[in-house]
Amino acid sequence: MTKKTAAYPYLAWALLFIAIPLGLIIYFSFTDGAGSFTFENIIRTGRYFNVFIKSIWLSVISTAICLLIGYPVAYLMSRASSITGRTLLLLIMLPMWMNFLLRTYGWMTILENNGIINQFFGLFGLGPFELINTQGAVVVGMVYNYIPFMILPLHSVMLKIGNDILEAARDLGASPGRVLTEVVFPMSLPGIRTGIIMVFVPSVSTFIISQMLGGGSNQLIGDIIELQFLGNAYNPNLGSAISFVLMLLVLLIMSVSGFLDDDDLEEKLL
Amino acid sequence: MSDIIISLQNISAEYDGEKVIDKLNLDIRDHEFVTFLGPSGCGKTTTLRIIGGFIEPTEGDVFFEGEKINGLPPFKRNVNTVFQRYALFPHLDVYGNIAFGLKQKKVPKDEIRTRVSRMLKLVNLEGYETRKVDQLSGGQQQRVAIARALINEPKVLLLDEPLGALDLKLRKEMQLELKRIQQTLGITFVYVTHDQEEALTMSDRVLVMRRGEILQTGSPEDIYNEPINAFVADFIGESNIVDGIMLEDYLVEFAGVQFECVDAGFGSMEDVDVVIRPEDFKMVSVEEGQIKGKVESITFKGVHFEIIMDGHGYKWMIHSTQSREVGAMIGLTLTPDDIHIMHKMKEDEV
Amino acid sequence: MKTWAKTYLGVFLTFLYAPIFVLILFSFNNSKGRTFTGFTGKWYAQLFSDAAVLDAMFTTLVVAIVAASVATIMGTAAAIGINNMEGRMRSSVMSMTYLPIINPEIIVGVSFMLLFVVAKNILNSVGIPFQFGWITLIVAHITFNVPYVILSVLPKLRQMDASLMDAAMDLGCNHWQAFSKVIIHEIKPGIVSGFLMAITFSVDDFVVSYFTTGAKHQTLSVLIYAMTKKRVSPEINAISTLLFGVVLLVLVIINISERRNLEKRKKARRIAMQEVEGR
Repeated sequence: MTKKTAAYPYLAWALLFIAIPLGLIIYFSFTDGAGSFTFENIIRTGRYFNVFIKSIWLSVISTAICLLIGYPVAYLMSRASSITGRTLLLLIMLPMWMNFLLRTYGWMTILENNGIINQFFGLFGLGPFELINTQGAVVVGMVYNYIPFMILPLHSVMLKIGNDILEAARDLGASPGRVLTEVVFPMSLPGIRTGIIMVFVPSVSTFIISQMLGGGSNQLIGDIIELQFLGNAYNPNLGSAISFVLMLLVLLIMSVSGFLDDDDLEEKLL
Repeated sequence: MSDIIISLQNISAEYDGEKVIDKLNLDIRDHEFVTFLGPSGCGKTTTLRIIGGFIEPTEGDVFFEGEKINGLPPFKRNVNTVFQRYALFPHLDVYGNIAFGLKQKKVPKDEIRTRVSRMLKLVNLEGYETRKVDQLSGGQQQRVAIARALINEPKVLLLDEPLGALDLKLRKEMQLELKRIQQTLGITFVYVTHDQEEALTMSDRVLVMRRGEILQTGSPEDIYNEPINAFVADFIGESNIVDGIMLEDYLVEFAGVQFECVDAGFGSMEDVDVVIRPEDFKMVSVEEGQIKGKVESITFKGVHFEIIMDGHGYKWMIHSTQSREVGAMIGLTLTPDDIHIMHKMKEDEV
Repeated sequence: MKTWAKTYLGVFLTFLYAPIFVLILFSFNNSKGRTFTGFTGKWYAQLFSDAAVLDAMFTTLVVAIVAASVATIMGTAAAIGINNMEGRMRSSVMSMTYLPIINPEIIVGVSFMLLFVVAKNILNSVGIPFQFGWITLIVAHITFNVPYVILSVLPKLRQMDASLMDAAMDLGCNHWQAFSKVIIHEIKPGIVSGFLMAITFSVDDFVVSYFTTGAKHQTLSVLIYAMTKKRVSPEINAISTLLFGVVLLVLVIINISERRNLEKRKKARRIAMQEVEGR
């Protein structure tokens, strides 16, 4: 019994710094500047319907691309020798030590009109192509920044698929392709689910990537929220309301995917 | 020679850059229950995996019914494997696991159903179709693994220490069960184990392996009664191994005593290993004994007593149904049949 | 690994490291723009006299180390406590723990901002000075770091033999001694990886820092953000290259020593096996 007390400092901390702040978002959503109850903010959120749709759409594309690119990477890592697998894992985490903004800035250098790619095409008299300030650039930024969060849960789930399981499938007559579709894929479904959430959530709420790579014309929901708190449009009540709707959206997607019912979620997140 | 189903010729294999099998030759006959027996690292599992198609030999050829099958992937071989830790598919139920192989071959659904239920009957798991595999006991999982392999009607079933994870009682049951299944179906079983008792109980033929080589091949009786060297003797059952000198044909000296024996053809005065099974000693009074000594310990083993006697500079292990007091002086006698003479193993083999 | 697999991983890693390579290259760029005009080392030299950049680096590292350390201690204790919980209590505590991880970062940042604004108003009205700065940054970082520590320690606790604690207490340890003499050694890998993860996320964080930073001490991310509106100074590339280089060096050293250990263990196992066999 006494050992549960070890968690109490954390519980107090979590109450103060996780629960209360989220409560404040809800409080601000339903009040006006003077502190009286109103639905005004929630209703005004409806004006940003198109921005919500655009954010969701770009995030869906990015998440799909992350899954498509990341799945083979995770699979190959899980089949490599343990030391190679570990090295690859480090290589995937290592870019995080180059600041997130700076990496995105690096993509600006690569994609802009007189950037590296266009300079390369320029050698052949082609271009310049309009790469930066497009939705495509935003998707590249999302995929680039969040693909590790797709690979990590996939990798940890696939590591648990023993080589003997794959050998058994081959032994029972499954061709390499069918081993993938009938054994590896169904067994990695929990990792896919976690990976989708871990990529979709930061993508749908980003504001840096859209600002840096999307130019002014590709405002996403994160940009709108930021404007209400630290931008010119200062209006924390409206900002809270948009955040609240965004949170509901994320929760909805998670419960639809069954993500929250997962018993051993903690093993897949890391 | 048409009854030879698998033939390995001059096979070598490496694992982790080390040679684990060295120029191995082996024929396996149809309908036979063959066991590879040896300590871990002896290459027995590697040999099995070469037959299964999971490892390619670095040298040599594999023949299946006279046809060379080097490079043929596992799913094209008429061979199935029961894996050490079952390797059941956790995302499928019992039915899905057993039906897996037939689904790959696009067998019609009705036929799959009848064949799965026949298999479940064979392994005594009727009514378990919809169970999740993680809700089964170790023994039941083992049966599913066997059924899953056998449903494909392989000509040869490979079993890689399939009973290693079971407790003793279950292991004994499954040994008999496996033997029954093999006899019912009449197919070839190639079995890998490090448990000598398991090998002796089930097999038609046992191959004792060590460091990638086959030391001895023969029926369980032959191997037990006529081990080819001290390693085999020690590995198969318990034995007393002492240094001896072959004085002349049919006469050996060990422990300072001369004994008549049944072996001949050794060099005169050749140093040899003498192997005596503990149950072959006859306990007599001190005066009558060829070897004499003092009882050092006695342990009841269920059916017999295990007595350790100290005498002539050795500790002798004796199995007997009779008990003796610790500290008592006793004598031992041997008949020529009980004495097995073996060439000394070369230094680098020890 | 097959050739196509190596090629695929190679292409993927190229994608992953392309901007990193560009950033390192531009830390040696002669001009300030985003076109390369020739090699120079001057940004590295200037770096050490640029107070703003040095202060941002210092702030980033202090916040990361302090936050990760507090989070590791609190998170490890929390994991032990949670491990002893059952049923509804456990699942509701775990849900709260997942929140900062799966909640969009911007919402975490915004919610902190609201909390600190409210706190500031209340405290200032009773005459206690309170401002955005060190404390708000560190509190926010601790909060989003703790879950990572908990989630990496919990599995180790679960894998641990449940009787270890009992055995330690049976042999005369009290709770604290049982933890410090036995348990901690079992879960050390989880604690270490939780700590490293916390530091990594702290250093990399921009969004939460952005909403909780004060006017005085900015983290490197926030400084860079201000610059991206116009032009990022190559000094930033230089200092980031240095940080990246140090981390890379440490990882390489760890990796090499792990490989050596593996070889040694392999050899030892081989010898042990031969001994068993030669018996």
